[in-house]
Amino acid sequence: MLRFLGKRLLQLIPTLFFVSVIIFGLQQLLPGDPALAMAGEERDPVVLEQIRRQYRLDQPFYVQYLYWVGGVLTGNLGESMRLKEPVLTLVGQKLPVTLQLALMAIVFSLVIGVTAGVISAVKRGTALDYGVNLVALWGISTPNFWLGIMLILLFAVHLGWLPASGYVSLLEDPWLSLQTTILPAFVLGNSFAAVLMRHTRSAMLQAMTSDYVRTARAKGLAERRVVMKHALRNALTPVVTLGALELGTLLSGAVLTEQVFSIPGFGKLIVDSVFNRDYAVVQGVTLITATTYILLNLLADVAYVLINPRLRS
Amino acid sequence: MATLSEPLVAEEQAVHESPGARAWRRLVKRKSAVLGLVVIVLLVLVAVLAPLIAPFDPAQQGWTSIRKPPSLQHWFGTDESGRDLFSRVIYGARASLMAGVVSVSIALGLGVPIGLLAGYGGRWVDALIGRITDAMLACPFLILAIALAAFLGPSLQNAMIAIGLTTTPIFVRLTRGQVMAVKVEDYVEAARAVGNPPVRIAVRHILPNILPALIVQATISIATAIIAEASLSFLGLGQQPPAPSWGSMLNTAQRFLSNAVWMAIFPGVAIFLAVLSFNLLGDGLRDALDPKER
Repeated sequence: MLRFLGKRLLQLIPTLFFVSVIIFGLQQLLPGDPALAMAGEERDPVVLEQIRRQYRLDQPFYVQYLYWVGGVLTGNLGESMRLKEPVLTLVGQKLPVTLQLALMAIVFSLVIGVTAGVISAVKRGTALDYGVNLVALWGISTPNFWLGIMLILLFAVHLGWLPASGYVSLLEDPWLSLQTTILPAFVLGNSFAAVLMRHTRSAMLQAMTSDYVRTARAKGLAERRVVMKHALRNALTPVVTLGALELGTLLSGAVLTEQVFSIPGFGKLIVDSVFNRDYAVVQGVTLITATTYILLNLLADVAYVLINPRLRS
Repeated sequence: MATLSEPLVAEEQAVHESPGARAWRRLVKRKSAVLGLVVIVLLVLVAVLAPLIAPFDPAQQGWTSIRKPPSLQHWFGTDESGRDLFSRVIYGARASLMAGVVSVSIALGLGVPIGLLAGYGGRWVDALIGRITDAMLACPFLILAIALAAFLGPSLQNAMIAIGLTTTPIFVRLTRGQVMAVKVEDYVEAARAVGNPPVRIAVRHILPNILPALIVQATISIATAIIAEASLSFLGLGQQPPAPSWGSMLNTAQRFLSNAVWMAIFPGVAIFLAVLSFNLLGDGLRDALDPKER
């Protein structure tokens, strides 16, 4: 196990190196002089010169990169030009909001996706199975920002049950926090629930035809017990690891959901930074998201080995 | 006798038919895939024939018909500038389908050769390409596309480039995996034994055999690319106004939810239909091209 972990950690180094090169390289895509883009309306040559010196734009690409990586490794992701605050501070403020949304979305999708997947597999070939599959296909094909708009229309505009937008912290007022996040969390988890449903269904179908399920049935166990205790427990292994991996994808989906519901999270931070040409924030947020994704990937691999006794040896 | 010989004839026909004909025969048996294909063909026709179908100029503003609900004159109603929504949804199909096809073509054009190189180019080349692919896949798709579109500048063309580049690693990984599986097959060994150069083996012998997997992935990726283009346009990073795009129409619609609900419904249904039809076709193609079913 330790050898496996060591090997996986070593593999992270080149991946993280290339991630940093890609993200830093984005700045090189800026058409024209990056200093001009950073200065915005300001065209004063003295200011431009100062920007070039401050961001080392007068140095070769690799020197700029080394300075940037040096900063990243010491916890300095740069400073937001718009908000005049360190990128790390901004991320620290916004990340808990998005994490709350993402965790709620995962709970939603696990409950809906796994339950629907099990029902669909157990009732294979019936109208219920087709119905669940249709709902899953609908979930995968619906853009989450449109679903968000439609739910605002129904629950906020027409029924008036929930607020249309905004966010209240869980620490401030838990009940109001739940009211402001329940719709966005559902929207965020919608397509993930559909993916989970498909994976659970296919894993359950495989498990239901396995020898251990046949043995459990032969022992005379009740069908409910066979399904829940024997088939589902084994079928859930790939589903759990998939769940860990999807947290990274949910961070990406949060960009649109937070925009629709005006939630001041990680996603809104990146969109606002893009429109205000706050490149340090764009780079910082992308780097943190990618690193989180890579670490979750590692955790998923380790969890998979830990859960599966055959791989442990 | 006739009943005995009929299955034999069918079997003989099945043996002699080309892989393409076999895949088509299997595909048309799947009702959902056929439905998807029909909707796609209709959408393509709508996009191509937009000037003939659309009753109004999509950019024509009408100050006397601002935010009018659906009627016989304006089937989908009008928007905040009095423009006909039906015409804008029809023209919007152009941006969405073009974004889907062009960005996936970029991803195929870059991903397949790089994947072939990784799978066929030796250990170090494979390791290097593998790590770069991992790094690209580690950056969440939409965040990377947003960052790319932002650095390149907001336009439909740049959105397509951004989506194409972020989709590329999927095709690199898929092609590489397929090449690794195929390159140990006897016919590849035989081609190598008679002295064919590596490029010829890759293009003439390996590529045709990994084509089914690429076609399935490309179809599903078009669905993802259509959602990505709509997302970028929704954020203001794709098609720029006044040119119609389903995503940007939804962005505008958000401001008028309480008094012009039709502005949000029709562009959303259009995106949903386009994405659903490519997903249905992709699922059908996966089953039809699956070698295990032969």
